[in-house]
Amino acid sequence: MLDDSLIRALIAGIGIALVAGPLGCFVVWKRLSFFGDTLAHSALLGVLLSISFDINVSFTIFAVSSLVALLLLRLEKSTNLAGDALLGLISHSSLAVGLLILGFLSFIRFDIMGILFGDILSVNTNDLLVVWIGGALILIVLRYIWKPLFASTVNFDLAEAEGMKPERVNAIFTILLAALIAISIKMVGVLLITGLLIIPTAMARNLSNNPKQMVILSVVGGLLSVFIGLYASFEINTASGPSIVSVALILFILSLIKLQKKN
Amino acid sequence: MIENNILVKLSNAGIMKDNKWLVQDVDLEINKGQIVTLIGPNGSGKTTTAKIALGLYKNIEGKVERFTKNISYVPQKVSIDWTLPLRVVDFMVLTQDLKSKDITDALNLTGVEHLMNSNLRDLSGGEFQRVLLARAIAKKPELLVLDEPVQGVDFNGEVALYSLIKKISEAIKCGILLISHDLHVVMSATDYVVCLNGHVCCSGTPIDVAKSDHYRELFGEKSSQLLSIYEHNHDHVHSTDGDIVKDAK
Repeated sequence: MLDDSLIRALIAGIGIALVAGPLGCFVVWKRLSFFGDTLAHSALLGVLLSISFDINVSFTIFAVSSLVALLLLRLEKSTNLAGDALLGLISHSSLAVGLLILGFLSFIRFDIMGILFGDILSVNTNDLLVVWIGGALILIVLRYIWKPLFASTVNFDLAEAEGMKPERVNAIFTILLAALIAISIKMVGVLLITGLLIIPTAMARNLSNNPKQMVILSVVGGLLSVFIGLYASFEINTASGPSIVSVALILFILSLIKLQKKN
Repeated sequence: MIENNILVKLSNAGIMKDNKWLVQDVDLEINKGQIVTLIGPNGSGKTTTAKIALGLYKNIEGKVERFTKNISYVPQKVSIDWTLPLRVVDFMVLTQDLKSKDITDALNLTGVEHLMNSNLRDLSGGEFQRVLLARAIAKKPELLVLDEPVQGVDFNGEVALYSLIKKISEAIKCGILLISHDLHVVMSATDYVVCLNGHVCCSGTPIDVAKSDHYRELFGEKSSQLLSIYEHNHDHVHSTDGDIVKDAK
């Protein structure tokens, strides 16, 4: 039952859940879930570029998603388009262009479902290194910018007036988000990654009354989703991404019951 | 004033948005231990001027010089999103780490120490303002910028908080930039008044401003008389060195 690839997938999943918890909290607090979606969709372009030019896939996704993130920050300032419309524009065009290119790449055989929804069987030892080293770096940087990032989330002007450089830490945060997407695409897939970011966090919000508690609970929720989701995925042969996200959804629904009892 | 007492200096400062001046030609100086109050009708650029002083705008005209980095800011409006569970005690250490004694002391001063573990979203408007003020003074700033700090606070509390603000400026020798609507209460605690209406209409000590024609035009005869009463009550304070303020009654 405990196949090597399941263990590899679990180790990778734990790493991703540890990073997704705290980042997910900020995504929810800052109302960036659609932003995360956009970065994830642009990751498809990253995957295709990496296949076409034979470059490391995580690195290419990171580069493309970071570029899109910085481009978005720029456009938000220089155009009059509302934030969500702008995100929709970039998000769906990158998905469309990505799928078009995919059509032209018919001479290369690869698993499109794996990219869109994640594939645990494809996780190799190399990927484990990418997840854990990349994840550790993300957490270290996040720890470093935590205070200014949190302050600017609560009130941008207040943070800036008191010398916390909110614009800079916000930009760094979006790059961390791109990095998380890069290391977790193989496991969760392009379409569902934001689910892993925000659903355990939404569950945690229902159960917590301070920020630290919410971060810890969202990590716990993420870990549970990964454990149960991967096990199910392996046993009943479902795609890993949807399995993990579905478990997260069940946990969220359970937390709603708790919330209603409290009120 | 000695040069190194200056905390912030605005020279001909202003900002334009969509080819319209939000505020222009503001000259303003805040020194250590001094309370400067901005008054003016709605839309006269009070908040904008405070934000210029804080460096929150990129493209301003004129010049702003800040000589301190230890600044506390109480914005006009702070709203906490539901997605963010935040207790008073978490909010107190938002921009600076504090000892728990400093946190309790500050909350004690503004009379809300019993709310320490309450969620910010559960507070009333007045309680919230008291927490905002407590957070701002807890880090013992050199410059304190207060944008309508007592909105929603009951009348007794209002008087108490203004005298607290006065006390703070004396105790920690910080400069305070205060924006307010409550003319009569504010005036008694202010060293220098700047009356704004898109530009500086008039400025000076509360008494000078109250006498000025610009002020009368903006706020009407009534409020001018209010200040005159104030002037009358405290007249002899200004004729002495100012040490015998306690005898002023």
